Amino acid sequence: MTETRIDRRFKACADQGRPALVTFITAGDPDLETSQAILNALPAAGADVIELGMPFSDPMAEGIPIQLATQRALAAGQTMEKTFQMVRRFRETDQDTPIILMGYYNPIYIRDPKKFVVDAREAGVDGLIVVDIPPEADDELCIPALEAGVNFIRLATPTTDDKRLPAVLANTSGFVYYVSVTGITGSSNLNATNVSSAVARIKSHTDLPVAVGFGVKTADDAAAIGKNADGVVVGSVLVSAIRDSLDDAGKATDKTVAAVTDLVASLAGGVARARGV
Amino acid sequence: MTSLANSMRNGPDERGHFGIFGGRYVAETLMPLILDLEQAYKDAKADPAFAAEIEHLNKHYTGRPSPLYFAERLTEHLGGAKIYFKRDELNHTGSHKINNCLGQILLAKRMGKTRIIAETGAGQHGVATATVCARFGLPCVVYMGATDVERQKPNVFRMKLLGAEIVPVTAGAGTLKDAMNEALRDWVTNVDDTYYLIGTAAGPHPYPEMVRDFQSVIGAETREQMLEAEGRLPDALVAAVGGGSNAIGLFHPFLDDENVKIYGVEAGGRGLDGEEHCASLTAGKPGVLHGNRTYLLQDDDGQILEGHSISAGLDYPGIGPEHSWLKEIGRVNYVPIMDDEALAAFQMLTKVEGIIPALEPAHALGHVIKLAPTMSKDQIIVMNLCGRGDKDVFTVGNMLGFDL
Repeated sequence: MTETRIDRRFKACADQGRPALVTFITAGDPDLETSQAILNALPAAGADVIELGMPFSDPMAEGIPIQLATQRALAAGQTMEKTFQMVRRFRETDQDTPIILMGYYNPIYIRDPKKFVVDAREAGVDGLIVVDIPPEADDELCIPALEAGVNFIRLATPTTDDKRLPAVLANTSGFVYYVSVTGITGSSNLNATNVSSAVARIKSHTDLPVAVGFGVKTADDAAAIGKNADGVVVGSVLVSAIRDSLDDAGKATDKTVAAVTDLVASLAGGVARARGV
Repeated sequence: MTSLANSMRNGPDERGHFGIFGGRYVAETLMPLILDLEQAYKDAKADPAFAAEIEHLNKHYTGRPSPLYFAERLTEHLGGAKIYFKRDELNHTGSHKINNCLGQILLAKRMGKTRIIAETGAGQHGVATATVCARFGLPCVVYMGATDVERQKPNVFRMKLLGAEIVPVTAGAGTLKDAMNEALRDWVTNVDDTYYLIGTAAGPHPYPEMVRDFQSVIGAETREQMLEAEGRLPDALVAAVGGGSNAIGLFHPFLDDENVKIYGVEAGGRGLDGEEHCASLTAGKPGVLHGNRTYLLQDDDGQILEGHSISAGLDYPGIGPEHSWLKEIGRVNYVPIMDDEALAAFQMLTKVEGIIPALEPAHALGHVIKLAPTMSKDQIIVMNLCGRGDKDVFTVGNMLGFDL
């Protein structure tokens, strides 16, 4: 694979002596227009890499915050085509910030995985994270993605032992996403010491950057995790900030975009000082 | 080794596939556990002591073999083929679910697991799981959709009596698929000590194979009992399919007997035109959910639909992957039966044979009522009467306008 936006962005952050801030939002949450405004505002707020959640009716690996974000997006009528459209519109003004689509296999499978990866690439997508398709099924989606020039980022977890790690890393590209806990997104058991040794273990098997997520909530978390990791992933607190900004009817307010960008700016401060004093 | 081309009973392949269906589509955190489970099940299958222990419990705890009963009055009433019932509703706990639970809890113990979780729809699997957990002294957490908690109160109370913790799930429509999502979230969080005791022949490999194997005692007994009663195999088998575990248990030992016609009966709900049904094979499309590729009720964007059935046990938008394969190769005919047809069948069996069936096998009976009169009097149908109706009397009473 030739160098992608993801490769370039992780290198640029490494050159600045800091980890990348990877931010997750659900596409279409709380509605298409507001979600587009949030997406477009993320880079200026300090996001280095963007994960855009493809809403799915049965998000088995998500905790309550992302489950609710998914429900808001679907209730507002989000579809895969609208998610592609969001990426196209983002690319009109930003050619450098990588976008990764994250979600579950069924909405991809129903469109035909080979067609999906081509459509995603054409829309300006750089990578895929698909939670429920393990390396054993690489021929279905991972290989077609790589052939279309889309990075396929795999999750490694505390249960991925040294015996299994090579299989997980085999076709991974862009970066490795280390899930810091056994559990669902937004958990509260983050342990920076354990994460640090896990990151070191993964790095002994690969030259790819390692980003860490599941449970990062504050700038201090980001700074602590970012000491050893090449990237820090934040999601549940961002979609919770969206929820908290909504009015009583669940509609976006004039505070919604800023609720996310303010938090991202604070987290960016965390990653900026991760390797400092 | 016989190839798949020569037998329909050799699936799945080593990656858990029945044709294109099945497989293992789970989060990475669960993959090592699933691989462990597969190995543990292989080892258990090769251990005669494991089979002997199941057989002992089947006989002395469950009450197997269940009778194969000739329904003489119903046969006369319908005026066609002879109708036999495989009476798994007489099992301890009132349904076929115990067959699978005993097998899996023995496996969980072999694996050294100390906590059991399960999902349940109608509550039959939850009751069976809570029962085996009580019997083997293991803590049990049952995830149940909030809607189902409401409409299956007797089973909720039974599970509590048995010592299980019931967690109502409010996500989605609060039915079986939502309970399964929540059970998966628990499992991914408690990987070290927890065994997920799946209740139907679906989910990631090896569950569809394992649950089928534990339920195949139904079909194996039926074969033997039928040969004893009639000196030949039946002409048709009929069973209800939700996830499909009772059906695959009856069907599997007969798959290679090409003269035995096989019918799986799906919940047609209020009709197949809208979304108020659970006929995933008749009206769904292949997709990936809960660890396996199979037929699913879904919209054009791949979002899973909720479905509807009068029977909580059939209220699931998917189906076991082996059934998807059996449909594709044409070995089994899958047909829908509507809510009102199941309700009529429920009443007919109660009045004509003095057996109150669960609403799930009442769907199977709905098809028997259509099928039997089209067959000659020397032909034989076996239907799996997989559960008793005690749990459903309130639901049926409400539908019929009784003040209970």
